[in-house]
Amino acid sequence: MMSEIVQVVKVGIADMNVVKAPHVIRTCGLGSCVGVVVYDLAKEVAGMAHVMLPDSSLAKSENMNVAKYADTAIEELVRRVIGAGGRNGHLKAKMAGGAQMFQFRTGTTDMMRIGPRNVEAVREQLQRFRIPIVAEDVGGSSGRTIEFHPKTGMLLIRTVNQGVREM
Amino acid sequence: MSYFERMDAFHMDILKEIGNIGAGHAATALSKLLNKKIEMTIPDVRIISFDEMMDIVGGADNVVAAVFLRIEGDAPGNMFFVLSIEQAERFIQQMIGDEQFKLEQDCSELSLSALQELGNILAGSYLSSLSDFTHLNLYPSVPALSIDMIGAILSYGLIEMSRVGDHVIVVDTAIHEEHQPDDRVNGHFFLLPDPESFHIIFRALGVEHDE
Repeated sequence: MMSEIVQVVKVGIADMNVVKAPHVIRTCGLGSCVGVVVYDLAKEVAGMAHVMLPDSSLAKSENMNVAKYADTAIEELVRRVIGAGGRNGHLKAKMAGGAQMFQFRTGTTDMMRIGPRNVEAVREQLQRFRIPIVAEDVGGSSGRTIEFHPKTGMLLIRTVNQGVREM
Repeated sequence: MSYFERMDAFHMDILKEIGNIGAGHAATALSKLLNKKIEMTIPDVRIISFDEMMDIVGGADNVVAAVFLRIEGDAPGNMFFVLSIEQAERFIQQMIGDEQFKLEQDCSELSLSALQELGNILAGSYLSSLSDFTHLNLYPSVPALSIDMIGAILSYGLIEMSRVGDHVIVVDTAIHEEHQPDDRVNGHFFLLPDPESFHIIFRALGVEHDE
């Protein structure tokens, strides 16, 4: 198989995917959503989820998209990364997002604080699976596009005002 | 999809008419404000995935200027007025009377506040016509302006909807300034009622909608 061509695997909103080197994985336009990467560096395998809401108890429908909620997404992400060759105990995580895009002076509802709540929820879930967070770029008021390279373990974060950063 | 299965062509037509009336009033207000002719497309009412919604405005990491209002009252929801950066610059240039103005170089308080006020007037006229038409009480929040990736901005309007499914019902009306060399669409009004608001709107207009 020819594997020289590097593919960019895209992760949509409330979506997840797993990728192996040399391919990379990307999600665009994170606002209050959190992009979380779980990876095994030695095995060069990584999974990324674009989490929208902190907890599946917020769901009002019966058939649920597991990638949407922090609690269900991390569990499924870990399962898939291990299924693709990642090893329990060797997994690490990086995350970005959870911004508060709009500041309202009055009537800040819980839903407006969704960014920080998503970050807290993802952190809690990673702790539940004993996966250390080695880098994070969360909060603030800017949108982010992130790209992860399983070969190097590098997470690229692009914002409108600050350009691209590596972490 | 069960929630959306209760929507039929007739319901979609009603939403289209809401978009027509609302954006019509807003386009008139914009036209008066700038003393320019503003054209408007026929509203598009679609049930689409979150990612498809971002594609309407050039994909999730396309940078835009957007004014966001939360609608409170009888039928809560979200409203966005989304402009391309070039169009936002043109509007600001016309309002502050400085033809050299560029958003990249000068993000002064005055220019941003002018844009925010523009969004406020337009969204306000959209909502008040909707309120007159349905006899529902609708109150806009103070508008919030953001110049950033469209995905990061619009996802705020998807939160309520995302609790019931992976699709969104969007009432999209595009506007376009006359005599612009590019015939691209330059602005969008997005009305995103909360899931519970649809049957309230339909009932207010005397239309049955099983809930």
